[in-house]
Amino acid sequence: MSDLEKFRRETRVWLEANCPPEMRRPMTSEADTFWGGRNTKFSSEPQQVWFERMRDKGWTVPHWPKEYGGGGLDAEEAKIVRQEMAVIGARQPLTSFGISMLGPALLKYGTELQKKQHLPKITAGLIRWCQGYSEPNAGSDLASLQTRAESDGEDFVITGQKIWTSYANYADWIFCLVRTDASAKKHDGISFILFDMASKGVSTKPILLISGYSPFCETFFDNVRVPKANVVGTVNRGWDVAKYLLQHERAMISGMGERGVGRPLGQVAADSVGTDEQGRLEDPMLRGQIATFEIDEAALACAAERAVDLAKAGQAHPAFSSAMKYYGTELNKRRYEILMSAGGVDALEWESERSKGGARARAWLRTKANSIEGGTSEVMLGIVAKRILDLPGA
Amino acid sequence: MALVLSEEQSMLRDSARGLISDKAPVSHLRQLRDAKDATGFSRELWKNFADMGFSGLLVPEEFGGSGLGCVEAGVVMEEIGRTLVPSPFLATAVLAASALSRGGSAAQKSQHLPKISDGSLLAALAIDEGAKHRPLQTKLQAVRSGNGFRLTGDKAFVVDGHTADLVIVAARTAGAAGERDGLTLFLVDPKTKGIETERTAMVDSHNAARIKFGNVEVDADGVLGEVDQGFALLEGVLNIGRGAAASEMVGLSEEVFGRTVNYLKERKQFGKLIGEFQALQHRAAQLYIEIEITRAAVLKALQTLDGDFANAGAAVAVAKARAGSTATLAVQEGVQMHGGMGMTDQFDIGFFMKRARVCQELFGDSNFHADQLARMKSY
Repeated sequence: MSDLEKFRRETRVWLEANCPPEMRRPMTSEADTFWGGRNTKFSSEPQQVWFERMRDKGWTVPHWPKEYGGGGLDAEEAKIVRQEMAVIGARQPLTSFGISMLGPALLKYGTELQKKQHLPKITAGLIRWCQGYSEPNAGSDLASLQTRAESDGEDFVITGQKIWTSYANYADWIFCLVRTDASAKKHDGISFILFDMASKGVSTKPILLISGYSPFCETFFDNVRVPKANVVGTVNRGWDVAKYLLQHERAMISGMGERGVGRPLGQVAADSVGTDEQGRLEDPMLRGQIATFEIDEAALACAAERAVDLAKAGQAHPAFSSAMKYYGTELNKRRYEILMSAGGVDALEWESERSKGGARARAWLRTKANSIEGGTSEVMLGIVAKRILDLPGA
Repeated sequence: MALVLSEEQSMLRDSARGLISDKAPVSHLRQLRDAKDATGFSRELWKNFADMGFSGLLVPEEFGGSGLGCVEAGVVMEEIGRTLVPSPFLATAVLAASALSRGGSAAQKSQHLPKISDGSLLAALAIDEGAKHRPLQTKLQAVRSGNGFRLTGDKAFVVDGHTADLVIVAARTAGAAGERDGLTLFLVDPKTKGIETERTAMVDSHNAARIKFGNVEVDADGVLGEVDQGFALLEGVLNIGRGAAASEMVGLSEEVFGRTVNYLKERKQFGKLIGEFQALQHRAAQLYIEIEITRAAVLKALQTLDGDFANAGAAVAVAKARAGSTATLAVQEGVQMHGGMGMTDQFDIGFFMKRARVCQELFGDSNFHADQLARMKSY
């Protein structure tokens, strides 16, 4: 037996012994996601047990180095852990922008001190991060951001406003893009800086969305004092860090289209539209839509797997995450259009008990942001056209 | 297993690409069409394929082949798709070689496989009867008679049917159309009395034939696999064929896309390159993404066929369905973005459009495979 087969067998046995049955069921609400952080609470005991066992094994982030609290696995082993978790339907023990976004950027651009300071607190779920990128006048044109960081001795003093800051009201720290040189060209005067959301001068205000939820905030900085040592990478070269992080963010968001959230669509549809004597959905058009969707979903999962393998083989195009982001988010919107269609009138209930407070309708509305956040679909297509296809003037 | 080609597979791709682009660019297909070539492919090129070991790719080593797998067959098919070269590779080296090596008796294997491998035997698989691929609906009757069977019925869309030295025929020995049990595969010599073969040159200038069987005698040695239990064997062979056709469509799609992107970078209107227009940039980007995702799904299906054959059905359905819809999009965008030039016969792009339509129908179109997937998932 090869080492990898042995590792797979051990992983399977360990997961079987350690993943509580409740943590193998499809997630049904926001509370099923554990984000970590200073003020976090577990929504159930199995959630806590599962998190703590995975944390102690280093598997909240299996592929990060052990010295930073990761599992120290190589790409092949980490893939096996993902696959074996998928086999039993195990939930992620910890979801965090620290894992999916900041971590990769710190590993590449951070100083040893910064890595030691921040990464172990991410893997242990102690600190919850938010992302200070978009501003009211810097959306798709992110590099036109205006939040100022004025030099003052050992510190920067930050003033300005961010918007669409996901969960800023729950976050402990922020990774933030600020303008450190107002006279330079727009891409050249930006720095990437980290600071505590408890710092004096930071305030947040949730934004009520069409879903009725407020996952995004406006975030205000009024003369927030941050040590210059908190800049990641070089001052005024923050755009490089920002872009690198965006690649990871886009890969993460594209994963939304890949994961079968909840029960299979065919079963969900069968509940409301019924089946004929052969077990086929009574609504043949809906059945066709679901099958076509599931074909695309399965194909996207293959592409995600291949993207990781290509990266490992050194053959990946750095802009490919934009392609995945585009497809994954459009697919996730399709999934929810189908879910709404399958649910019919039942899926329209907004405040009833049987709809769990309009869970499906709210989730459907939430997906509409997928193709906007982290770069719009149009921006993604533009990046593919320019950086991969090398089309003129793109 | 990593979802990328291994070093050996990449080398195979390079050698197939070298041979095919050198000896059979799209102009090769055009010449065969314009000359109304009676064979429909180049026997000399098929000899080259045999010399390179391509004809025996899936033939086990003990029968003179190289005993490689579906990923390797897909690699060659993809290169075939790039130049649309008409070749016995699919019917003989993929379908017949798979059917014989998976279902053949020791005698059948040693009689036919070495000849497939050395390029001296051409074969065809006769499955479809109606306008659409519905293997379970097979009606062609095989009635027991003496030591063997008598076959009566019609087959359509038999790829390379008119040049075949050996035809593998799906027939019903029991049960009714639609039933899994009662199907049997037969090895038939097309020169047998009672067989009428009509070549039906297709829209894509590739070979196909209608074959009529009128009380055709086949002795018991001609049964491939088990009587009445042929469907499992057939389904396996069809899945290999689907993976191969999907690979051809990936090659075809990528070639059309490459030509189209080049055109966007050359053609000027309104004083600029048309590739500068965002309307076209975004569509080109979307097509690129579709092709990349399909490529991954097809490689996954081929690897699953090689590693977990019995459970490859869903991955194959995904791959064939995606390959069909992606190729359709690729050729439509290809013609549209080439404008009036894309409509001319002089320009090659139309050949790709025609071939894509035929590949869609081969072994089930995207709708067929979506339906298959829904059945597998019980909805």
